[in-house]
Amino acid sequence: MQSQTIDPAKTALNYHHTEAAAHHEEHPDHRITGLILFLVAEGMIFFGMFSAYLAFRSVLPSWPPEGTPELELLLPGVNTIILISSSFVIHNADTAIKKNDVSGMRTWLAITAAMGAIFLAGQLYEYSNLEFGLTTNLFASAFYVLTGFHGLHVFIGLVAILAVLWRSRVTGHYSSEKHFGVEAAEIYWHFVDVVWIVLFGLLYIL
Amino acid sequence: MTQAQLQEGANLPALSEEPGVRKWRDYFSFNTDHKVIGIQYLVTTFIFYCIGGVLADLVRTELKTPETDFVSPEVYNSLFTLHATIMIFLWIVPAGAGFANYLIPLMIGAKDMAFPRLNAVAFWMIPPAGLLLISSLLIGDAPDAGWTSYPPLSLVTGQVGEAIWIMSVLLLGTSSILGAINFLVTIWKMRTPGMTFNQMPLFCWAMVATSAITLLSTPVLAGALILLAFDLLAGTTFFNPTGGGDPIVYQHMFWFYSHPAVYIMILPFFGLISEILPVHARKPIFGYQAIAYSSLAISFLGLIVWAHHMFTSGVPGWLRMFFMITTMIIAVPTGIKVFSWVATVWGGKLRLNSAMLFAMGFVGTFVIGGISGIMLAAVPFDIHVHDTYFVVAHLHYVLFGGSVLGIYAGFYHWFPKMTGRMLNEFWGKVHFALTIVGLNLTFLPMHKLGMMGMNRRIAVYDPKFETLNFICTMGSYLLAVSTFPFIINAIWSWMYGPKAGNNPWQALTLEWMTTSPPAIENFDKPPVLATGPYDYGMSHGDDEEVEKVPLSDEREPALAAGPNSALRADPDPKVAAHPEDRK
Repeated sequence: MQSQTIDPAKTALNYHHTEAAAHHEEHPDHRITGLILFLVAEGMIFFGMFSAYLAFRSVLPSWPPEGTPELELLLPGVNTIILISSSFVIHNADTAIKKNDVSGMRTWLAITAAMGAIFLAGQLYEYSNLEFGLTTNLFASAFYVLTGFHGLHVFIGLVAILAVLWRSRVTGHYSSEKHFGVEAAEIYWHFVDVVWIVLFGLLYIL
Repeated sequence: MTQAQLQEGANLPALSEEPGVRKWRDYFSFNTDHKVIGIQYLVTTFIFYCIGGVLADLVRTELKTPETDFVSPEVYNSLFTLHATIMIFLWIVPAGAGFANYLIPLMIGAKDMAFPRLNAVAFWMIPPAGLLLISSLLIGDAPDAGWTSYPPLSLVTGQVGEAIWIMSVLLLGTSSILGAINFLVTIWKMRTPGMTFNQMPLFCWAMVATSAITLLSTPVLAGALILLAFDLLAGTTFFNPTGGGDPIVYQHMFWFYSHPAVYIMILPFFGLISEILPVHARKPIFGYQAIAYSSLAISFLGLIVWAHHMFTSGVPGWLRMFFMITTMIIAVPTGIKVFSWVATVWGGKLRLNSAMLFAMGFVGTFVIGGISGIMLAAVPFDIHVHDTYFVVAHLHYVLFGGSVLGIYAGFYHWFPKMTGRMLNEFWGKVHFALTIVGLNLTFLPMHKLGMMGMNRRIAVYDPKFETLNFICTMGSYLLAVSTFPFIINAIWSWMYGPKAGNNPWQALTLEWMTTSPPAIENFDKPPVLATGPYDYGMSHGDDEEVEKVPLSDEREPALAAGPNSALRADPDPKVAAHPEDRK
């Protein structure tokens, strides 16, 4: 049984492509558990930053610091509504794929992606119209870093949704039996939404 | 798949008599086998330990005399900063993950980790992060604000070095978060059928507790470092008082990670010791559940005591009181562990081999570190000795006398399983003797130095401290020397050591029920667990009720029956007997 030549198709990596992949198809709940634990860790980053924000707020004599212009609420409010609605939209994609309705799933995902893109565009537009910059004062810095960090997560979620759409089109990857990608994108998207609700409350309303 | 196909798939020659033996090339590849990754972790982190040790000896050489006659104060700052960062983030924390990678799937009877490729990714983040950190020395702008990187100091010293430090620690943090997710899912979902949580080896319990705190606290450090990076590179002032920021907030966030991190650094080795003591004392562990649940208690309490590092930072009095009391409460679950270990060893038929010596050395020195920890938890005492060598002595007793001795004990205990060969006992004992003398010589006088008022992190000191510092420096050289017998022994034994057999220690946990080294998917079929772990010499009623799993022709996959089943399962009694028992 001595194999003398090295065949790149039989590398160590390749072995797990088959074995582990097969294993994971048998146990999709492992991956969901792993994803949820990952989101716990992500949530703790936001928790740390939010706590820091509240600490700055309590340490400084006035908040926001003197001379910070009032935040416009209309655009971020509309944006919030769009993002929260998109959570319901992406849930429809999950329901559709569980009924083996691939085209329905693609439609719902495409709508979610469009809504996410609108949210990001709206955030960039808001940035361009604000009267303070990153280093104006502590509130401004916290505003940009927190919303920017959240925006980065929206962007990652958007990429995930587009990746699911791409795989569905090119490889026909998803069905009522195999839909981990759709579910993962959905859970991630819900997470991004929940974080935004807390963030919106902290920065705009409180 | 048959073993031959698996071997071929993994690009290995299928040697029927040594199913798990790997080529050295495998250890330099992106391999997804948890055993390869575990050894990659252990060897890589040991290399970083040697680098960190050289830095420590440079620090001690500077401190041999009261003046700065060896390096400049700036270089001295970089040396101790890099020493601490490397030892914590590149040696002790990932070494625990290395043991966990190697042992968890074997101990719970799984084929591999839950996410093998994620596992490899987590490992391969470590070498670049380490090289990045060390490269800062070469460009002449190493981080020099201490391993805590407190602002505003870290914002005004070398900018490039500080940015490198942040990047490197962020990478290492990501790696340990990914590892923690993997351990939790593996232990949770992939135990062999029939294995309940209360039948898991104690190391798995320890890794559940460790992974939980990694998952909850490491991201907060990441958040702090992101804000610090903005302060450093983008001109914000989160932690910079000149722009209205608050450096104390950084301290809270930093210690919210870095206090639990000391449990990330010690809990895995509590687990290892709980594995090693019963095997070499030939007695069941005393208080299995107490040890298991005390790990969880430690991890919970560890998350709520961070501000005891900040008693001198101006936190309010009632807060100090809260953190003092919660910190002292941690002594309770820790004490439960120590008493259980002592009760395990008590009256046992001890085999004083290297693994056991290191394990008992661990318990002894860790207790000293633990007691000075309780002293430091008391606010008035902490204010008196804060940032003196007393703190340095305490943390080195815990991290060197605890974690590092635990790592060595684990090395000696599982080396036969990992390589299929025995380590040389004589040189193992020489290694132990040099280490234990060197460590006490180095760190014991530091208690006295701290009580006398010598500050840490300062290159110049009062000449009245010279004698004790000279002793510490000599001890640190002895510690450097002590690693050579180990390195030579490990390399030589890996290549030429006597064959170990499947179960050289007559242990009862599942990892000893497969071949040494284990074949690619560990067990032919899911192993069956008939008793709890560690039931040495215990009667478990009727053996006939237990279903015996037929042995395959090559290796025996299952712990088939109750007491002493490991002995009966081993095909070759000559190899199976313990080396000392063979005489």
